[in-house]
Amino acid sequence: MSRRRHSDENDGGQAHKRRRTSEPIEIEDRLESLICRVGEKSTSSLESNLEGLAGVLEADLPNYKNKILRILCAVARLLPEKLTVYTTLVGLLNARNYNFGGEFVEAMIRQLKETLKNNLYNEAVYLVRFLSDLVNCHVIAAPSMVVMFENFVSVTQEEDVPQVRSDWFVYVVLSCLPWVGKELYEKKDVEMDRLLSQIEGYLNLTLPHLALHIFRRRVKTHVPMLQVWTAEKPHPQEEYLDCLWAQIQKLKKDRWQERHILRPYIAFDSVLCEALQHNLPPFTPPGHMPDAQYPIPRVIFRMFDYTDAPEGPVMPGSHSVERFVIEENLHCIIKTHWKERKTCAAQLLSYPGKNKIPLNYHIVEVIFGELFQLPLPPHIDVMYTTLLIELCKLQPGSLPQLAQATEMLYMRLDTMNTTCIDRFINWFSHHLSNFQFRWSWDDWADCLTLDLEKPKPKFVKEVLEKSMRLSYHQRIVDIVPPTFSALIPAEPIFSFKYGDESGTSLPGYPVSITVSNAIKNRASNEEILAILKEVPNPNQEDDDDEGESFNPLKIDVFLQTLLHLAAKSFSHSFSALGKFHEILKNLTESDDGKLHILKVIYEVWRNHPQMIAVLVDKMIRTQIVDCAAVANWLFSQDMAHEFTRLFIWEILHSTIRKMNKHVQKIQKELEEAKDKLEKQQHKKRDSGDDEDMEKNSEEDEEGQLEEQIEKLQEKVESAQSEQKNLFLVIFQRFIMLLTEHLVRCETGSVDISTPWYKNCIERLQQVFLMHHGTIQQYMGTLENLLFTAELDHHILAVYQQFCALQL
Amino acid sequence: MSAKLNALNSDSYIEVSQYRDQHFKGNRYEQEKLLKQSNTLYVGNLSFYTTEEQVHELFSKCGDVKRIIIGLDKVKKTACGFCFVEYYTRGDAENAMRFVNGTRLDDRIIRTDWDAGFKEGRQYGRGKSGGQVRDEYRQDYDPARGGYGKLAQQHRSTERANSF
Repeated sequence: MSRRRHSDENDGGQAHKRRRTSEPIEIEDRLESLICRVGEKSTSSLESNLEGLAGVLEADLPNYKNKILRILCAVARLLPEKLTVYTTLVGLLNARNYNFGGEFVEAMIRQLKETLKNNLYNEAVYLVRFLSDLVNCHVIAAPSMVVMFENFVSVTQEEDVPQVRSDWFVYVVLSCLPWVGKELYEKKDVEMDRLLSQIEGYLNLTLPHLALHIFRRRVKTHVPMLQVWTAEKPHPQEEYLDCLWAQIQKLKKDRWQERHILRPYIAFDSVLCEALQHNLPPFTPPGHMPDAQYPIPRVIFRMFDYTDAPEGPVMPGSHSVERFVIEENLHCIIKTHWKERKTCAAQLLSYPGKNKIPLNYHIVEVIFGELFQLPLPPHIDVMYTTLLIELCKLQPGSLPQLAQATEMLYMRLDTMNTTCIDRFINWFSHHLSNFQFRWSWDDWADCLTLDLEKPKPKFVKEVLEKSMRLSYHQRIVDIVPPTFSALIPAEPIFSFKYGDESGTSLPGYPVSITVSNAIKNRASNEEILAILKEVPNPNQEDDDDEGESFNPLKIDVFLQTLLHLAAKSFSHSFSALGKFHEILKNLTESDDGKLHILKVIYEVWRNHPQMIAVLVDKMIRTQIVDCAAVANWLFSQDMAHEFTRLFIWEILHSTIRKMNKHVQKIQKELEEAKDKLEKQQHKKRDSGDDEDMEKNSEEDEEGQLEEQIEKLQEKVESAQSEQKNLFLVIFQRFIMLLTEHLVRCETGSVDISTPWYKNCIERLQQVFLMHHGTIQQYMGTLENLLFTAELDHHILAVYQQFCALQL
Repeated sequence: MSAKLNALNSDSYIEVSQYRDQHFKGNRYEQEKLLKQSNTLYVGNLSFYTTEEQVHELFSKCGDVKRIIIGLDKVKKTACGFCFVEYYTRGDAENAMRFVNGTRLDDRIIRTDWDAGFKEGRQYGRGKSGGQVRDEYRQDYDPARGGYGKLAQQHRSTERANSF
């Protein structure tokens, strides 16, 4: 309804003169600005700013009512961290204009329906919370809010719906109570008690009702998969509903006294309590739709408690509702400002009420909580690194809580989830690179006495390797004490088997020299292929063969020689792969060939994992190898000794991502072609009497499109088949390796929990978690072929945990 | 979904800067269009010793890097402190503008900016001495960028010659 604003994206570079009808747009901008920035950068109090703004808006209502409604609904949805500021504003407006209050409530309900229809569940939570706080502002009558909550909780009685659906409705109700619990209990305590005991029953905290023939147990199989640490100490990683329930229980015990939330409406009580309230229209939760995407369950990340912040304000306990509210608000601030790190840092550090809490601890905890969140962080990893750097800049003494946190994370590495350790490694090395790699490495000397496969020395080793990638080898040697030499990465240099004395006696040596000279003299591909024909095939006895079958030595000689000549930089190597693409394709026609080329890449660049990764990436993109070949190679016996190194998994996940993007790309092309055809057909229908000539050419075009669509359809099916096969290969290999280990341990009566096992089983989890969206489509096949009941229960548990994420 | 608030849509880090390549072949409109669609970033204030590998490692944190072209001194054909980073998607390049621009690589604060796209020849410095223009005129001593600026170097050698 509102005028669409000119977007710069449409203009190109022409200075677009504002049209004569721009006045409303300018006013809309002004209104938006006034509302969004209320209270910011002002010398007067928030209350007086709100009072002033309410007056302005009331005056503007006759002309700009719809715009104001639109803006207020939007801030309710998009600025949850300022919830009570805006509910107060609405309260003041309602007190001055009852009809406007009613229209606003209606608009909010419409918006709530929209968000639920569009799977925007997180935003829906903020809308419901806003509505519930409007009870405190005398805009909405408490009993009607209780009715809405009752309708939400009744979803727990639904049968045959995913658990994540009923979870969400329970979560919404509980998460509003810090704001409105007191008010609702004062007005409707009987109903609220009933509500809470229903929720308690749902969370299985009471005995199941034996009278019911069927009762649903709330399943928490998913929890272990989402926990950052497996240890319960020092802080249990609680399932999010369990934690929130405990917090609400405590709040109830404290008679709903909540002192943290900033409530500007209290100052206006005398005005607001004169206002007439509205009843919420009856709201039936929309029914379950098969394509609904409810939020997946979470685990609450905690790394600090009051003992970690001994000076200054006390840190609220893990089951205090203050903790919930602070964490919610900090998460919301990050969600609003993540694209602008300076603003985000400033907003975090100016959190209202910051003097009463150890704010820095909360900020650091919330940021790491997001960074380590499973399955995926809410935002791209690098954002958190940069945000922490900004926070360091803005703090005097550079955010000591960060160093404290790093120490704690290091100390708890033994029980930290492997995926989270990956993120810790990447964060820490990138962070150090911004601070001249200054760190008190000696504090971590304890890791030097441990087996190198144990989490702590492994972590330091990987950090140093990543740090080297951002600097250079000698730098790393210089920054760590000499005692750390065993953890320093190898110098990333090429290993050329035909390069030194011992190489001259190798069977491929003569041809390697010839090829090398040929390349330097810009010989053609045909000439080089002719030279390579001379390479003996160690796999073959007779000479009848034309040399077309798989010859590992041929691949070895050519590739080693080529890559050696191109070893100077990534660009040189890419250029080499490009120039000799034809030859490489020729050599790797068979699966054996593909596997062998990867083997050779590893052999020559084994001290430079970064180079291996970029070469593998290039070879997939130029179709010298395929994704399945890479997966098979990574799981092969030859790579077993590197299996726990981070670069292996980076290559695997990068490979899966490329496969996924490939499928998505073709699917998109198919959709676009289908849309085009549909448009064509519409045009034909609408055009009526046309010249015959035109009709013919249209039919031609339509025919062409239909043919194109058929081809694309085949392409999509073929790509999906390749994708499914890739996952099958990967999971199959995992199952083989894990089963072998488990059987070996069982027969030897040895504990299964070796560092290798922990790494492997968590890597399996990681594949599920990182690609859960894609894997969903293949669940049937996976269950029928691989994750059957015959599988060892340790392995099957991972699969079941994954399934539980969607229940 | 209806309302998006312009006041909350601030994404200032991905905005185009004031710089415009004076050698760009095309009119201003075309240049603006390319900048707004570009997947390529110019990266400046690199050390002469910063390698393609280091650039790749850092910028890969924002997404898959399609290619990197290290800027070269036109005469010496050695790195002269800038490069181009091209991503496969614009979204990844935007993240680099938000999260890599203004942070350190090889201990130096680097600067990223939108580029209209690499064309052969643009990998060379445009300063008279072969390096970047900024290294012609700067007065400070920067050991990672060849020491003093070229003009300042000339003055120094002239001074030394005159002092005898």
